[in-house]
Amino acid sequence: MLAESAPLRFRDPQIEMAHGAGGKASRKLVEGLFAPLLFGATPAPLGDAAHVDINGTKVAITTDSFVVKPLSFPGGSIGELAVNGTVNDLAVSGAKAEALVVTFVLEAGLPTPVLEAEVRAMAKAARDAGVRIAAGDTKVVEHGKADQMYVTTTGVGRLLHGITIDPQSVRVGDRILLSGPIGDHGITILLARGELDLEADLRSDTRSVLPLVEALIRAAGPGIRWMRDPTRGGAATSLNELARDCGLGMVLFEDQIPVRDTVRGACELLGLDPLHIANEGQFLAVVSPEYADAAINALSLTPGGSEAQVIGEVREQPAGTVLVTTLYGGSRIVDMLVGDPLPRIC
Amino acid sequence: MRFVDEFREPELISKTAEEIRRLAGGRHYRMMEVCGGHTHAIYRFGLKDILPENIELIHGPGCPVCVLPMGRIDDGLAIAQEPDVIFAAFGDMMRVPGTQGSPLEHKARGVDVRIVYSPSDALKLARLNPDKHVMFFAIGFETTAPSTALTMMRAKAEGIRNFSVFCNHVTIIPAIRAILDSPDMRLDAFIGPGHVSTVIGCRPYEWIAQNERKPIVVSGFEPLDMLQSIVMLLWQLKAGEARVENQYKRVVPWEGNRAALKAMGEVFQLRPYFEWRGLGFISQSALRINDKYAEWDAEQRFEVPGIRVTDPKAAQCGEVLKGVLKPHQCKLFGRECTPEHPIGALMVSSEGSCAAYHNYEHRKAAMVALGSIA
Repeated sequence: MLAESAPLRFRDPQIEMAHGAGGKASRKLVEGLFAPLLFGATPAPLGDAAHVDINGTKVAITTDSFVVKPLSFPGGSIGELAVNGTVNDLAVSGAKAEALVVTFVLEAGLPTPVLEAEVRAMAKAARDAGVRIAAGDTKVVEHGKADQMYVTTTGVGRLLHGITIDPQSVRVGDRILLSGPIGDHGITILLARGELDLEADLRSDTRSVLPLVEALIRAAGPGIRWMRDPTRGGAATSLNELARDCGLGMVLFEDQIPVRDTVRGACELLGLDPLHIANEGQFLAVVSPEYADAAINALSLTPGGSEAQVIGEVREQPAGTVLVTTLYGGSRIVDMLVGDPLPRIC
Repeated sequence: MRFVDEFREPELISKTAEEIRRLAGGRHYRMMEVCGGHTHAIYRFGLKDILPENIELIHGPGCPVCVLPMGRIDDGLAIAQEPDVIFAAFGDMMRVPGTQGSPLEHKARGVDVRIVYSPSDALKLARLNPDKHVMFFAIGFETTAPSTALTMMRAKAEGIRNFSVFCNHVTIIPAIRAILDSPDMRLDAFIGPGHVSTVIGCRPYEWIAQNERKPIVVSGFEPLDMLQSIVMLLWQLKAGEARVENQYKRVVPWEGNRAALKAMGEVFQLRPYFEWRGLGFISQSALRINDKYAEWDAEQRFEVPGIRVTDPKAAQCGEVLKGVLKPHQCKLFGRECTPEHPIGALMVSSEGSCAAYHNYEHRKAAMVALGSIA
């Protein structure tokens, strides 16, 4: 049964690339057009996955499409990204992926070895994440109507015990945690496109964050208020969404935010903010202060979590806003990403 | 990170800020940072939180995207829609609105728009696409003009004929002159542009010190650079002096970069006048491609409509650009004009004072006014 539709607030005359970039424009499209028509007048907060009740059993479901270009890049490729992306969306909404449905849209002319490599990468990622690929579909479009291959994965997950994720539960004084360095994936892709003639020794961080999430739940389950994997739009966009949903201020300490030197260097050069760059193997969490130390300890002891950090805290002000403070006493507002991050030259 | 971290050292920064407080005493000083890169840095590093209130920074005209009239964007995009043309430009240009939308919106409609990181990347595109014509939409002050010039010299040397430049290069000195000629400006001193000066050096600013009696310090872009430049300006002001000084010695040679200037001289000549968005027509303030390079000049190769678009009346870009109004004092700021839907170009580029203010500052300013953040 579909709820009665709410008035549309989406006024843009046509779809632009920015509507898919994960920032402000994407949110406007979802909240202004999709949600009112599909979810009715009072949509639930838009998380990474939905919890659905089937005959008294709650499951988490989510879906994600992958259109990355180039198909493979240092540290990963579209196949394993498609598995881990959905596994991660489930993980940060407090669920363990149990089954995936995979849809391929292939461009006529795609060399079979390329497809085979990506399917192998998917199989390996699924094995590593302990998830079964249960069903699938394939469509082929004319040459030139798609960019080699697009992959959509839909995941069903079992809810993990001992955790409730709700932006409304976030309180003043809570700590903001980050699982590791940000920006690796986005900058790797930017450089792998080869349009910028920049080279750096950098790999995408793409991986399943489930082991880290499980470790966090074991150590700090009752203290966890919220989690999110900051993919497109970066950490700034995820935290802005949280700030808006809970009406509180997210104050970050710039010197505590882990960013690799190569990412920082590339961002300085290109005029980008690491907080706006996409990640595929990190997550943000808000935990109550008494659990913060235990949470960081647990993450640090889990493989891939050695650089986990408390990067900020929740304050009453600036309400609905992300504020970054610097060691030398300056501060700046960091908004959601507007459109795609574009390199700045002059 | 070397050459960055040492200029963001907290202890030195707080010492320098203290020095500024001491030197400034109770007097109010108005200093203009000419360059958009400085404007961006001021907001990004939250320098206003560090500086005393009586040091007022006025944002200058040095953002090449911001001063480009909308008609030029329309002209460039008109060429982009000719058959087999690839429109190449810096990322900065991509969201700048023309009357029919930005380059990025044209790309979404199927126009072949590419982001390049340097003019030579645009030339590379031309080599890779011999059956297409690559038009590089060139913008920038003397900072980027030499690389455009060198790229055109290479295109000529290699005989690459499917490449042209739509030249919008402007020069900084006439813009500063226009600002100083404006009757409503009351400035005490200038923070001189760092990147432009790597090319033109420090001498071209001497008239500002000698004739206008305003001190100017060419400055780097890190927090400590800018604070140190303010200290140097205050020393001059306190001593009643007006000189050109170079704080950014690690990058800016006093005499500029002769090779770069030579390349510019080879390819460009001054236009008699050029329109600046918000400032109007300024004589001898922009570069055109000279006749030796006519074959690579998009304005000569293509039919250019020569569109002139007046800015929306309600937008007060000119006043903001000249520093007469603060960004948030414009009637459209944050309402009709936002970074997602910019009306004026100052809202587009992250170096534009409106975008910088909108992105980093205005909600904070409102909350400080309410006393809710310290």
